[in-house]
Amino acid sequence: MAHDAGYAPDTLVTAATSETRLSRVVLTIVALGFVALFLLLPLATVFIEAFRKGAAEFFTALGDPETFAAIRLTLLVAGIAVPLNLVFGVAAAWAIAKFEFKGKAFLTTLIDLPFSVSPVISGLVFVLLFSSHSLLGPILQSYGIQILFAVPGLVLATVFVTFPFVARELIPLMQEQGTADEEAALSLGATGWQTFWHVTLPNIKWGLLYGVLLCNARAMGEFGAVSVVSGHIRGQTNTMPLQVEILYNEYNFVAAFAVAALLALLALVTLVLKTALELRYSDEIAASRRH
Amino acid sequence: MISMAARSSTRWRFRQPSVIPGFGLALGVTLAWLTIIVLIPLSGLLWRSSGLGWSKFVELALDERTVNALTISFGTAFIAAVVNLVFGVLLAWVLVRYRFPGKRVIDAMVDLPFALPTAVAGIALTTLYAPNGWIGSLLAPLGIKIAFTPAGIVVALIFVGLPFVVRTVQPIMEEIDKEVEEAAATLGATRFQTISRVLLPGLLPAGLTGFALAFARGVGEYGSVIFIAGNLPYVSEIAPLLIVIRLEEFNYPAATAIAAVMLLLSFMMLLVINVIQAWSRRRYGYGA
Repeated sequence: MAHDAGYAPDTLVTAATSETRLSRVVLTIVALGFVALFLLLPLATVFIEAFRKGAAEFFTALGDPETFAAIRLTLLVAGIAVPLNLVFGVAAAWAIAKFEFKGKAFLTTLIDLPFSVSPVISGLVFVLLFSSHSLLGPILQSYGIQILFAVPGLVLATVFVTFPFVARELIPLMQEQGTADEEAALSLGATGWQTFWHVTLPNIKWGLLYGVLLCNARAMGEFGAVSVVSGHIRGQTNTMPLQVEILYNEYNFVAAFAVAALLALLALVTLVLKTALELRYSDEIAASRRH
Repeated sequence: MISMAARSSTRWRFRQPSVIPGFGLALGVTLAWLTIIVLIPLSGLLWRSSGLGWSKFVELALDERTVNALTISFGTAFIAAVVNLVFGVLLAWVLVRYRFPGKRVIDAMVDLPFALPTAVAGIALTTLYAPNGWIGSLLAPLGIKIAFTPAGIVVALIFVGLPFVVRTVQPIMEEIDKEVEEAAATLGATRFQTISRVLLPGLLPAGLTGFALAFARGVGEYGSVIFIAGNLPYVSEIAPLLIVIRLEEFNYPAATAIAAVMLLLSFMMLLVINVIQAWSRRRYGYGA
């Protein structure tokens, strides 16, 4: 620990273990300038451009039927993809954190794999699997099942890119918690499901929420992967980020930034909730998150 | 820990005995989902590219436009990762060691690139750095063009990569023992010597890991780059965009070949990261 009791408060720190006041000020200004230039200014731009022609224009842009359809589609896709990965994440964490078995490290690496794949490639793999030139595509089409350029393709691509989020958050947390609580519950006669619902789930709920939060932000904001599988059918297969691209390329900047502002708002809400969870429940989220 | 004696006395088993139920179900769900979503699609890509045959694959991979796009992707990602390494370490240092108003907000904002959809970042950065934008119009009289040039790609990749460096270095910095610095100071080191010879070497593995993560992310990045890049073939066209272009031309073999090369290079990056972490655990006692 850096801040143990034996160590002098800042005011008494000798100059030997701290930089001079001048260099501290200069370093802080350079670092904050970098943050302002690369993070804060782009964020501010989104809202400024969205409201450039006033609030009325902003809401008109959002009321457009195609934009409205994009918002609904984004909610639908995230609404399917996030719960699927939630169930997977809990199952993976249960197997990996509560048991010792051969090949565990390799399995963990495989779960992290989607993070190191370019979003475009994440979409491409599903195009190769389901296109009319592939093995599966024509078979599914003969049954009238459309995967690409339709909701199932968007969901698959989104599930792929958000695959590791929940599992990666829960595994270190559940490993740290160990199995003592579960063993106690079982020895008192609880069934496996009772143990999970009444003992494990309450222990991991904040970590789970944290993982779901990050998973959802990525699911709603994903661009590259869904762009490849969507086919860009207006009003039908355009999610919000794809709608931003279309509007922007049509030089409809106010509308593009209006949709972008909604997504930026989502990002800000995610950051606020994430920070609140880190501050309030730092002990109940994975050890790696503790600052 | 199970002692070696205990382990050798039991015969080989897949898993250690445990009273906790649900192993079969949990592992079954995990493996099934992993296979359907990740393993089958990815092996489909590798199978398709191996189906091209070696000479066809090499021909597609060494196509001049492809090589240019890969060079641009890796080159800009490398430059952006270097910038992020320098400023990321500085920012982490300022956040860990100094006090200033609004520190908590700035700390939270570091994760903005993780939360902000890449397309949103892309159009915002383009608007800022275009010749008529706030920053672009300041640089235009100096003859500096950022948007619609490779420099624009670097700017976008700095945005997406920054949190990787800060978030890998920051926790390690917080764990630094103050006594190490006190010892260095007592032995007569100047503050600069303490930082450059004592503190920074200990942060090297974390810094390298953050650098590698930012670099890997930058190579594959698509959404934030395509708006600001200008997408001029041979000049500012990134590899992921070329994959999309080939797909739109229904040229699946070319798209597959580029993707396979990128995938191969990313897996090598992953390997490098693992080697750095293993080395760091041995040398410095932490895994970054």
